[in-house]
Amino acid sequence: MINDVMYRFKKVNVWGFLKNNSAFASVALLFIFASIRYKDSFFTYSYIGNLFRQVSMIGLVAIGMTFVILAGAIDLSVGSTVAVAAVTTAYFSNINIFLALTVPIVLGVIIGIINGFIVSKLEIPPFIATLAMMMCLRGLIYIFTGISTVSVNDNAIPILFMGRGYILSYIPFPALIFIAVTIIVIFVSKMTSFGRNVYAVGGNEEASIMMGLNANRTKIICYMINGGLAALAGIILAGRLGAGQPVSGEGWEMDAIAATAIGGALLTGGVGNFSGTFFGVLIIGLINSIINLQGNLNSYWQKIIMGGLLLFVIMLQYFTGRKKINKI
Amino acid sequence: MGRVLSKKEQGSHNNFDAFHFLQKYGSLLLFFTLIIANVLFTNNFLKLSSLWNMLLQVFPVMLISMGITLVIATGGIDISVGSTMALVSMVVTKLIIQQNMSIAPAIVIAITIGLSYGMFNGFFISKFKIQPIIVTLILMIAGRGIAQVLNNGVIISFYNNDFANLGVYRIGGVVPVQTVIMLIVITATYFIVSKTVLGVYIEAVGDNKNAAVLSGINEVLTIIFVYVFCSLLVGVASVFETSRLCSADPNNIGKLIELDCIAAVAVGGTKMTGGKSKVIGTVIGALIMQLITTTINMNNIQYEFSLVIKSLLIVSVLYIQKEKGRR
Amino acid sequence: MSEYILEMMGIKKSFPGVMALNGVDLKIKKGETHALMGENGAGKSTLIKILTGLYKKDFGRILFDGSEIDPSSSIEAQSLGISTIYQEVNIIPSLSVCENIFAGREIKKGFIIDWKETEKKAKELLNSLGIDIDVKALMGSYSTAIKQMISIARAISVKAKLVVMDEPTSSLNEEEVKVLFSIINKLKAEGISIIFISHKLNEIFEISDTITVLKDGELVGEYETKNLTKLDLISKMIGKNAHAIENQKKSYSEFKEDVFLQAKNITSGVRLNAINLTVRKGEVVGLAGLLGSGRTEIARVLFGADKFDKGSIEINGKQVYFKLPRDAISLNMAFCSEDRKQEGIIPYMSVKDNMTLAILKDISRFGLISRKKQSDIVSKYIKAINIKTPSHDQGIRYLSGGNQQKVLLARWICKNPELIILDEPTRGIDVGAKSEIISIIEDLSNNGIGVIVISSEFDELIRCCDRIEIIRDGKNVGSLKSDEINEDNILSLIAGPVSVEGA
Repeated sequence: MINDVMYRFKKVNVWGFLKNNSAFASVALLFIFASIRYKDSFFTYSYIGNLFRQVSMIGLVAIGMTFVILAGAIDLSVGSTVAVAAVTTAYFSNINIFLALTVPIVLGVIIGIINGFIVSKLEIPPFIATLAMMMCLRGLIYIFTGISTVSVNDNAIPILFMGRGYILSYIPFPALIFIAVTIIVIFVSKMTSFGRNVYAVGGNEEASIMMGLNANRTKIICYMINGGLAALAGIILAGRLGAGQPVSGEGWEMDAIAATAIGGALLTGGVGNFSGTFFGVLIIGLINSIINLQGNLNSYWQKIIMGGLLLFVIMLQYFTGRKKINKI
Repeated sequence: MGRVLSKKEQGSHNNFDAFHFLQKYGSLLLFFTLIIANVLFTNNFLKLSSLWNMLLQVFPVMLISMGITLVIATGGIDISVGSTMALVSMVVTKLIIQQNMSIAPAIVIAITIGLSYGMFNGFFISKFKIQPIIVTLILMIAGRGIAQVLNNGVIISFYNNDFANLGVYRIGGVVPVQTVIMLIVITATYFIVSKTVLGVYIEAVGDNKNAAVLSGINEVLTIIFVYVFCSLLVGVASVFETSRLCSADPNNIGKLIELDCIAAVAVGGTKMTGGKSKVIGTVIGALIMQLITTTINMNNIQYEFSLVIKSLLIVSVLYIQKEKGRR
Repeated sequence: MSEYILEMMGIKKSFPGVMALNGVDLKIKKGETHALMGENGAGKSTLIKILTGLYKKDFGRILFDGSEIDPSSSIEAQSLGISTIYQEVNIIPSLSVCENIFAGREIKKGFIIDWKETEKKAKELLNSLGIDIDVKALMGSYSTAIKQMISIARAISVKAKLVVMDEPTSSLNEEEVKVLFSIINKLKAEGISIIFISHKLNEIFEISDTITVLKDGELVGEYETKNLTKLDLISKMIGKNAHAIENQKKSYSEFKEDVFLQAKNITSGVRLNAINLTVRKGEVVGLAGLLGSGRTEIARVLFGADKFDKGSIEINGKQVYFKLPRDAISLNMAFCSEDRKQEGIIPYMSVKDNMTLAILKDISRFGLISRKKQSDIVSKYIKAINIKTPSHDQGIRYLSGGNQQKVLLARWICKNPELIILDEPTRGIDVGAKSEIISIIEDLSNNGIGVIVISSEFDELIRCCDRIEIIRDGKNVGSLKSDEINEDNILSLIAGPVSVEGA
């Protein structure tokens, strides 16, 4: 099996890396810049660790979003799903740890199934369908929690660990999850039928149906993965904050979409890859860090710069006229 | 096409088809149902003050939805309208309150600056052919940031200024000025769509851009127009809202308003992929959204229920309106 | 065991306002190549879509290999052994060649794809069809012809018992058609049946064993190809005496008119190489050549839809610089694209708005459209070129291909251009409408309007052109005038060495 995997990856590794130069290079440049400029505050284990921790939550959501976007759709409800998971895990943390870890994920997947169903079987445009879901979930959360925060039980160690723990003293647990998920997902996208189907359906849905692929099922599964990953992010968030807040995740869908686009995916589907999204998430995180460390810029500049960055990346794509390919 | 059936042979199609009926008149039906239900069950619904209140509340969504209808008709979308609202709000308030400028020029300047957001959108979408959701996403993020930076995120409130009178002005002491503005905007939009060359161009660009360009249509100007027109309407709405609320809140004004507007347009029957604009449909869609909010409010139900109801409504309406694929 | 692989009996299907099929039969024997013919609107497309699960029949029975079937999806039809190759090539441009061939059926070990094997098998498959390309390259980078071949390769690899080919040769050159036919014969030898839908009579007669003719949703009959002549076939399809159509020949006229358009030395990338073209007022110039020879590129450059690197274009003696189609239109040029679906009709728009799309500014004041003027113009052309539509407001997508094409022609004609470029104006159109369009071209020429006609139907070019320019590989290779114009000369110029005659 290793041989098979290596065959596909072998020729692609170096070339693919070069192709992804801009995303990876940007990350490297930003990292180096920050390390030099703010060396006392930035280049420390704790700061970088924290950065990774922050980034991992949005990162998981972005990875999920990439699936959906590759399949030619979009999902605006991820932010609300994060909140649902955060609140649920906090709630169950007082009852049963196992439930606290599994129920949110199950809920996330179910939300994904419903999204997928509405988009494929009811044939409602994804933008509107997931917009409606986002509204609905937000409403339901507030109704159920009465707008108050649900605390995570102090004794719910596993959950708190998810958000705050370290592996080998330095690596934040969430970062590990993020990296592990990214690797798994890259593998799935290249070496499994399902992964290729996602690209096919996103590339030309009509053709993929004619070829006998089950486009509906593929899309539904993408939404399920997206929901599950968003839920995972929600658990981590709750663990980190020690509480499940109904406002969690607000705006995360936009960050996820931005990261995916910066990573090279076309929002029409069929083009893009997961390592790009990974780097896209890091770029956004690094830029936000730099703005924070640069004390004299108020935080509103974060938004302006993120917008400018997105514009820059998009224009870059336009001018290099790159035909985005879906290899690593 | 096989054999075109004569009117007589088509006779069987005169039988009542519930689904088709719902497709065409569903929104209208829903609208009237909501009104009747409220008349019957909601206290004080029929009071003139309640009705004026509703119209005041629906005002921004109604105006912006008109703009978004045309944007969606060209196959695009605009999620930056909330941020544009914030910008115009901030600019007009700063000019009047902090710089002591007279009201009229301040409004003109503020709206013109708001138009720049529309130009930005239109330009990058048409000239560089970047996807509308990305371009307007950029402005949604950065645009609000700009509005916030203008006053460091601090809300400006004003009570004793003449500017505050604009938003509460009533014609003949009774009719809120916003009503008239809405009527003018709706009429203008309808006129553009149904009677002008531009209206046909908008439909062509949204339905089949390649064919439109080959037929000599200036798709760049058409697209820039719809986004600028939209930002114009946003600017007007923003000025009046800022005046009515006596404050400019760059952090919250217009937040998520694009959702309501897009929902109104979708419920109104304009296809999300572009093509024909259904102006009256959008009007009804916006009114329906507002009615739901009002019903919830006036019956003391928790606000969040309106979110759930609206979302269910959007999905059902869109499902019914779906063109049945030929099978 | 029945000798038939497929028996469709008494199939009825109707859509709102239209009876598409009224009790049609289709019987395909095992191992035979069966042509399905009829004008556009005859019902061929509908019948095939029912067979392949895209439409549901209203009445009738379908027996496939002895068992009754009623496929409700294309996946189901595929699994039953019915494979289809559509006219609009259905491939995924962002995936590689081998992924397109094996999408959904990649060779796996467990659940992991074995790319080495998959790529190998893809290469083998294509080699057996005589195609040698890099299977790892993206589909989007290949020509339409290759894309179609790959589509066919895929259908074959799915081990179908019946392969339906819908206008498979529309984008193939002669060599590629030969390859396709040899593939078809190979399939026949293995006992696989083919349903072959095409408008190209020569091909039908070359490759098919049996022909079924449909007309206006009814079955006209089933015939053995060897017992039928071309003329017989045409008359069955359009129910007219086909002789009249074939024998009309345009009479020669000496052109002393002024030159309207002169294109000199047009070079564009690798596609066009020093092209020269002259069109006089009222002259009909045909561009003949193989697919991919650059004719459409020439048209697009002349119309301002594409840029070029070197050369010049002069209109009425003055040099012009077109950046956009708008510029060409303002100088009274018109262009009717070969792809009416992607570049022609505005599908959800009415017939009236579609037709007047290019002249809206002229029938409006201060942006306000004069609906009366619009209505007059639309009525005029509906009558003049016999457009079949229930009303002016009918959505153009409900019209048949031929009528859509007529609306598009009207769009340009009503602008009173001085030069109109027609790219494959009769593609996918029934014989009756074809000859109507040829007449329109003749009328245009008689009215002093220059016409450039790009067509792969030689008899059309022969019939209506004053002069034919042969284009090969982006270069002028020859020019034929009046009595030099015949099929042999055209073919030999396309095939032969480069001659020095330019515009």
